[in-house]
Amino acid sequence: MNLKLKDIVPQLITVIAVVLIFGFFTYNAQINMENRGIDFGYGFLSQESSFDVQFSLIEYDGSHSYFRAYLVGLLNTILVSVIGIIIATILGVIVGIARLSPNYLINKFAAFYVEFFRNIPLLLQIFFWYFAALRALPLPQDAESIFGVFFLTIKGLYVPAFIWQNFSIFFYSIVAAAIAIIVIRIHAKKVQENQGKQIPVFFISIGLIFILPLLSFLIGGVRLSFEVPVLKQLATTSFIYEGGVSLPPELIALTLSLSLYTATFIAECVRAGIQGVGKGQKEAAASIGLTPNQVLKLVIMPQALRIIIPPTTNQYLNLTKNSSLAAAIAYPDLVLVFAGTALMQTGKAIEIVSITMFTYLTLSISISILMNWYNKRIAIQEK
Amino acid sequence: MSKINFLKPDRANLNTFLYLGSSLFFISFLDVFFNSFFNLNLTGFLPNFLSFVLPLVLGFIGLYFIRIEYSGIKGLDLLNKHINTNNFNAVLSLLIIFVIIKSIPPILSWFVVDASFAGDSKDVCTGTGACWTYIKVWMRRFMYGMYPNAEQWRINLSFISLVLLGSVGYFATDKFKKYLTLYYVVIYPLIAFLFIFFFISGGPVFFDFSYGIIAAILSIIIGFFIPGRFKFYYFLIVPLALYIILKYFLFFEEYIELGKLDGLNWVETGAWGGLSLTFIISFFCLIFCFPIGMAFALGRRSGFPLIRYISVGFIEFWRGVPLITVLFMSAVMFPMFLPEDFFIDKLVRAIIAISLFEAAYVAEVIRGGLQALPRGQYEAAKSLGMGYWKMHIFVILPQALKLVIPGIANTFLALVKDTPLIFVVGLLEIVGMLNLAKTNPEWLGFAMEGYVFAAIIFWIICYAMSKYSYNLEQKYKTDR
Repeated sequence: MNLKLKDIVPQLITVIAVVLIFGFFTYNAQINMENRGIDFGYGFLSQESSFDVQFSLIEYDGSHSYFRAYLVGLLNTILVSVIGIIIATILGVIVGIARLSPNYLINKFAAFYVEFFRNIPLLLQIFFWYFAALRALPLPQDAESIFGVFFLTIKGLYVPAFIWQNFSIFFYSIVAAAIAIIVIRIHAKKVQENQGKQIPVFFISIGLIFILPLLSFLIGGVRLSFEVPVLKQLATTSFIYEGGVSLPPELIALTLSLSLYTATFIAECVRAGIQGVGKGQKEAAASIGLTPNQVLKLVIMPQALRIIIPPTTNQYLNLTKNSSLAAAIAYPDLVLVFAGTALMQTGKAIEIVSITMFTYLTLSISISILMNWYNKRIAIQEK
Repeated sequence: MSKINFLKPDRANLNTFLYLGSSLFFISFLDVFFNSFFNLNLTGFLPNFLSFVLPLVLGFIGLYFIRIEYSGIKGLDLLNKHINTNNFNAVLSLLIIFVIIKSIPPILSWFVVDASFAGDSKDVCTGTGACWTYIKVWMRRFMYGMYPNAEQWRINLSFISLVLLGSVGYFATDKFKKYLTLYYVVIYPLIAFLFIFFFISGGPVFFDFSYGIIAAILSIIIGFFIPGRFKFYYFLIVPLALYIILKYFLFFEEYIELGKLDGLNWVETGAWGGLSLTFIISFFCLIFCFPIGMAFALGRRSGFPLIRYISVGFIEFWRGVPLITVLFMSAVMFPMFLPEDFFIDKLVRAIIAISLFEAAYVAEVIRGGLQALPRGQYEAAKSLGMGYWKMHIFVILPQALKLVIPGIANTFLALVKDTPLIFVVGLLEIVGMLNLAKTNPEWLGFAMEGYVFAAIIFWIICYAMSKYSYNLEQKYKTDR
């Protein structure tokens, strides 16, 4: 009896404390809302939003609902995060490997990069790129083209747009290629385990991924053309580019600073991972006659990845969460569109802030579930 | 044999190749050097593209010529070993050398040569370089925000005293070393709190500050005569009790009203700002987030399921949301949750929000340390008859915290780097002040200088912190 009481009392106290705190907050919130004449509810989501967003991936204007505004913000957040993650991973892996280079200069150069960008607040870097560096770009009429098709101006980066005909067929051909590659890989593994024969999966995959889409162009009737941005004069001193896709400077500043910043952390993860593989592993692999490439592919990388992936996942999560700093430079992400403009207009603080937080929570948890699944797949199978 | 050796140096024809190679390398170096420092294109007579890549090609051939397994010449061997191991590395090394040479003149000219330092108006900034006059004129604002100029000595004095009090640990003799933990965990934060809240904030509450100081000094003096086994409880209770006695029973408030004692002007927290605010916020969040984080780390590993679930929920919630939304919450949502006419200052709200947010990260770091300890430590402590708290305070936590020094340092670094986000609640620390100064109509167009200035300051702070944590890690490293 005594033992049980000892177990129950601390838990009971904690739970009562938590319940009391929450109860206190809810009680106050109810009274406050009653006094101010605000009613609680998510009905406002279907009302007309009547504000505009300057950059959106889906069709949107003031006549759409608040829910659609939320979607616009969410998609913009995801866009920045995905681009940032891709660039940061590539840069981080390169820098991480460079830090292990025996070449003194490359090594120090990578170390300098990491120490430099890691120790400056991200917000400051975003401000720097947006307010100082990108403002020094030329006006549209003075911009020089890059390869004749890209235009980097103070109003953003203009890139050619793809114009597809029968895009669905092309898409299906890529899906088909991907499925075929997976089937062949499974088959090849089976063949190797049963008969010891090796099938050159890599070359077959490369062939498939090129040939199938190519076939879709040749016989499927898929056409691809580019729409190059063209300079157009609006008034005597005002020029814009028409056609193509325009990426606003906010997006560029944000992705640039996010990826430069996060890449430093990923580089450290990669370095730690590769250093974490014992020297004996490399020597053992070399002594049983594997080529240097095979040593890297079959022995070092699988083991290094196990060390690299968990901290790198954290960095991806951080990048996604840090993308909310977009609000500081008026890039219309979730925080700015929803927790900023929509909140100002409706005054529904509790609902909107809770939806925003819940969205980020969902994003974070889904990325970490995905990465945990991958991590489990490559983890050591202990018997 | 001789044909192959024609392009490959060995020890026999080492000198020939050495002269040839180093002269080629030197020529390429000179070309880039003149090009960048004196704007002189030595190879201008060649076609455009060739003139561009010539130094690279020459340098590459030069490096190829001097690459030899072992020459016996010390400098050459070092060079070969470090930057010239193979063709790929040679090209990369050359590229990096050229990039450095190319980037020195513009950076130097922007920072120093063409920059303007003198004067105190925008008119002196006519050159192409940086306008450090802008920083000079705005320096007080960047450091102290909107804090009145005449009162800024209070901030300086507080920080200097806190630094001095904080450095006590370095000068303490062995006899006093055992009290240091108590000092840093309980007394020092208390004094710091009194300093910052009452001295910088000022107003009538300034007297609380003087009571606090008197109470602290008195209790330390009496503390020497207290027997060792009661010392912990003594320092836990007596300073606070003394403070209350002083405040409510001895120093009557009438003295103030009679004008016998003149207080300091009150400066509201909205006027605080600049780098000093960065320090204040980092300092308080650092103090608060550590015990909260430790509590939740222990909670997450607790044997009671309900406590464990609550801790997991807390940690995962704060780790899953971005800080900016947390600050949004503290700014617009939190006041709704408080009773009416109950007001919390926005600086305090921001500090609470950041502390809770960072506490979740600290909790995860400490949990890592707790998990890394072998079970034997727990079992040994239990077999000695220690209870839960005794076991954790004397056996588990000292070892676990030692293990997680780098992780804790990283969290604190993240905290310092996160402070600029308080612009969300309307407080302007150094980055916020920069944005304000940038929009001043008299000083338009100096955004770059401001950001570079702030970047240098933050870089120095963060780099020093990371180096310090590295030293700490080395110092406490024990083989287990």
